[in-house]
Amino acid sequence: MRSDLGIATNPADPFDLRARRVHEAEGRGRRAFALFQAARHPGPLVWILPSHAPELPMLRGLPRGVGERLHLFRPMGETDLLWCIEEALRAVPVSLVIAEPEKPLSLTAGRRLQLAAEAGRTTGLMLIRQEAGSNATETRWACEPLASQPADSTLHQWALNKNKKGTLGRWVLNWNGTSAAFHMVSEARQRHEPAETAP
Amino acid sequence: MALADARAMCPDLATRPADLAREAAALASLRRWASRYAPMVATDGVDGLMADISGVPHLFGGEEDLREDLQARLERAGLHAASAIAGTRGAAHALARHGGGIVPDGRLAEEIGHLPVTALRVDHDTAEGLSRMGLLRIADLIPLPRAPLARRFGQGLVLRLDQALGAQSEPVAAEPDAPHFGVRMTLPEPIGLQSDVMAGLARLLDRLCAKLAQHHMGARRVRLELRRVDRGSAQVEIGLARPMRDPARIAALFAKGVDEIDSGFGIDAMRLTAPVTEALAPEQVSGQIGGGTSIRTEDALADLMSSVGNRIGFERVLRLLPATSLIPERSFLMAPAAYSAPEPTPHRAGSNRPITLFPPEPVTDASGTPPASFRWRRMRFTTLRAAGPERIAPEWWFDDPAWRSGLRDYWRVETQEGPRLWLFVTPQAQSWTGPQDANWPATAGAQNWYVQGEFA
Repeated sequence: MRSDLGIATNPADPFDLRARRVHEAEGRGRRAFALFQAARHPGPLVWILPSHAPELPMLRGLPRGVGERLHLFRPMGETDLLWCIEEALRAVPVSLVIAEPEKPLSLTAGRRLQLAAEAGRTTGLMLIRQEAGSNATETRWACEPLASQPADSTLHQWALNKNKKGTLGRWVLNWNGTSAAFHMVSEARQRHEPAETAP
Repeated sequence: MALADARAMCPDLATRPADLAREAAALASLRRWASRYAPMVATDGVDGLMADISGVPHLFGGEEDLREDLQARLERAGLHAASAIAGTRGAAHALARHGGGIVPDGRLAEEIGHLPVTALRVDHDTAEGLSRMGLLRIADLIPLPRAPLARRFGQGLVLRLDQALGAQSEPVAAEPDAPHFGVRMTLPEPIGLQSDVMAGLARLLDRLCAKLAQHHMGARRVRLELRRVDRGSAQVEIGLARPMRDPARIAALFAKGVDEIDSGFGIDAMRLTAPVTEALAPEQVSGQIGGGTSIRTEDALADLMSSVGNRIGFERVLRLLPATSLIPERSFLMAPAAYSAPEPTPHRAGSNRPITLFPPEPVTDASGTPPASFRWRRMRFTTLRAAGPERIAPEWWFDDPAWRSGLRDYWRVETQEGPRLWLFVTPQAQSWTGPQDANWPATAGAQNWYVQGEFA
């Protein structure tokens, strides 16, 4: 409930993941989204990825303060991976669990992870492949990097496609990947109302 | 006898280099065995044992019987040893190395008088000096005035003589036994239920942890051995993410292993050992003070590491540590989290780095430097903006197969499609293939572009 209130009182920041729930992110920019969330969660972080996954987080490229809090689990096999996720979610001191399951989560597995997250008061973020989401997830984000015309910005388009307790949305923001700070990019649009003229 | 002389006499002589470490280990175990004769047993040099048998001989029927018993047991074990019993440590040492025997009380000077002066544990120079003076036996030294003797040969000789004759006391300095972290329990009736085994384990753990706490140690691995009534045995071993001596938390890690063992007709003995231990200072018990929560957080995190490590292996629970290398693959280490501490990431300097790194994947259809368009992972990308090059030279002192292609020029390429990629080209490999394949200069160059990372 507290996080719900937090969203309500701080409408400018729609990227707060609801605490004690498991969320999903898909798309090419899902790892950037995960690191953005990691920078916003103080406390120990756990990143669970299969042992044969070639893509590893690179320490020098991570946002400031994330590298020393990060623990990598590299289990073999999907069963061990799910077990690791559940165990990490159940651990109270961990603040955010990022996991990259290979196969779509079944409803049972997804629900079990939600219960574990509630028991451990931990937030979870599954980095899933396209169309591999679970119905039990709290929110699902589609994250894509965007090309930016000005040279000094790194644009991301993060769309909230599924939300169990709120509205959907689509945001373009400029986040350079070094800290938790970001800038919303206002959407260019056609103006329908007449321009205000100075009296 | 020198080895060359021995070889000359017996050409077929089999020789082996001395293994001092194993000899010392054998002597240490012999010392442990010898504690059946005396409470205080110390090693005496590299080849002897010294036992303080005051008040013991009557238990074996006298000094002669004790010595015979000792000799017989050593003989049966295949060890040829000489032994002596004397009123002082020095005399026993001297006599054991020159025939052995028993010195009756009060006859020290007479019994060891015929031994050479080298038996007195004096250094080589002193012994040589004494023989040059014509003082060959201990009996020759006893009547001499002490002051000139000490002035000529030093206080050491006089001290050794006094110690051998009992004028100076010399205790048997038995070193303390290394604490053994193992406890056992035998049961009057065999047990088979998991809850019974866990209850027994809890009792053993209480005792083991009390012992660990007494020696300020923490267990790193704990092994539970269970003996079944049919003489079979089962074993459960767990690792701990950090030294620990908290019974409840260690017991929780055993639950899975105990669940899997087959108790057969029942278990009638349990043995719990801590084969690997590390020093663990006593922790301050803090209630409401601020340090309490952080210690509890650390404990809970260590518990997570232990349980995950016991299931997937401790080498798969990793932590990223910074390393001093410019090579991207070696700019960080993945160290087992149970055996490393977090290190702060150094201040980032120079050009930025991607968030994910993977083994280089070749790019096709690349044209130009940097490529204006290319195909990667079956997708077409058009370059919007490229920053670089950043040249990274291989570390010549490591022969890394991945870096045999020489220098790499890294580019940060922002694509029209969105992804910001870390591309590199290997100019040295290009220049080699160029002249050889004159017909294929463009494609040979194009093949040398790779993607190695993705930026945020």
